Amino acid sequence: MLNSIFAIFLFQLIGEFIQKFFELSVPGPVIGLILLLSVLLILKKYNLTPKNFEDKLVNSSENLLNYLPLFFMPVGVGVVMHLSLIEENLVSVVFIIILGTLLTLALTGFIMEKLFQDKNKNGRSK
Amino acid sequence: MVDQNKLYSIWVYLQAEPLFWLTLTIGSYIIADIIYRKSNLFPLLNPVAISVLLVSSILIFFDIRYERYFDGAKFIHFLLGPATVALAIPIYKTWDLIILNCRAIFISLIIGSSFSIIVTYGLSLYFDLQDKLILSLLPRSVTTPIAMGISELIGGIPSLTAIITLITGVIGASLGIFVFDLMKLKKMEARGFGLGLTSHGIGTARAMSKNKNAGVFAAVGMGLSGLITSILVPLFLKMIL
Repeated sequence: MLNSIFAIFLFQLIGEFIQKFFELSVPGPVIGLILLLSVLLILKKYNLTPKNFEDKLVNSSENLLNYLPLFFMPVGVGVVMHLSLIEENLVSVVFIIILGTLLTLALTGFIMEKLFQDKNKNGRSK
Repeated sequence: MVDQNKLYSIWVYLQAEPLFWLTLTIGSYIIADIIYRKSNLFPLLNPVAISVLLVSSILIFFDIRYERYFDGAKFIHFLLGPATVALAIPIYKTWDLIILNCRAIFISLIIGSSFSIIVTYGLSLYFDLQDKLILSLLPRSVTTPIAMGISELIGGIPSLTAIITLITGVIGASLGIFVFDLMKLKKMEARGFGLGLTSHGIGTARAMSKNKNAGVFAAVGMGLSGLITSILVPLFLKMIL
């Protein structure tokens, strides 16, 4: 547990450092995510994944992600601060969100429906 | 008889300490989560929405400044970063499935994520919104920690983005199924991917509760759209300015 927490913190720390150092537009934790994913995939490719380590990391991460909604709360409550900004635009903002969301859902689902192939079709070509 | 002055001085002491606000935050979340489960995971009763409303009402009712609350609750806020890094794990676990469908995923990802940004920007211009509000709206389709990170970097208001992202999640998760039925989409993977890309974690949770394959593809869509949007939004802003 402690090792996994350390690994996650370390990757975030490296991510934050890289973001600041190269003045990137990608948030630090996202860089940490990419680095962690890359390291895990490289380790897996060369069969170097310590069995225990992966199990523990998977467990800790899933524990953390189970409470993901909770971590949004402190900032979510911040809407109290910005009610005045959204108040005069509330109707248009909600309209933009509803229309934008439904259109994006429809387009993305449609493209994926056309392009997605399941395993059987792919297996045939080999 | 209880000494009113003593109670008041205890309150003054407690409200200056993080413990009170951390307990309130977690307690509200637990209550909201119970309501959500009792309602059979009804999407409009999303635990984040309910618990935020709960805490906000308490703050407004007792006339407490947000800074006072956040100063205590920031320890919970801190965990957003590590949780973002931890998203590497579900992506890692579904990596084989991603590789198998990488072409389909890549094309849907680029078109879907770009479309989300462009349609949001276009509608914002149509409604003549302030710049700060537009910037807060742009990253609304991706998982909240990433959306807030993007918002902060491009000069939006992160907490406003968090709420907009939340509304996007709830709307996608609750109305998505009607859109997909209307379009007669048959592949669960396509439905899931659309939900994850558009409505991040809330959409993914919804997809997961309906169908396992839909859930896996929602997680892939959520993770990848988070990555690509954090590159696309700044790029889009550079192009239009």
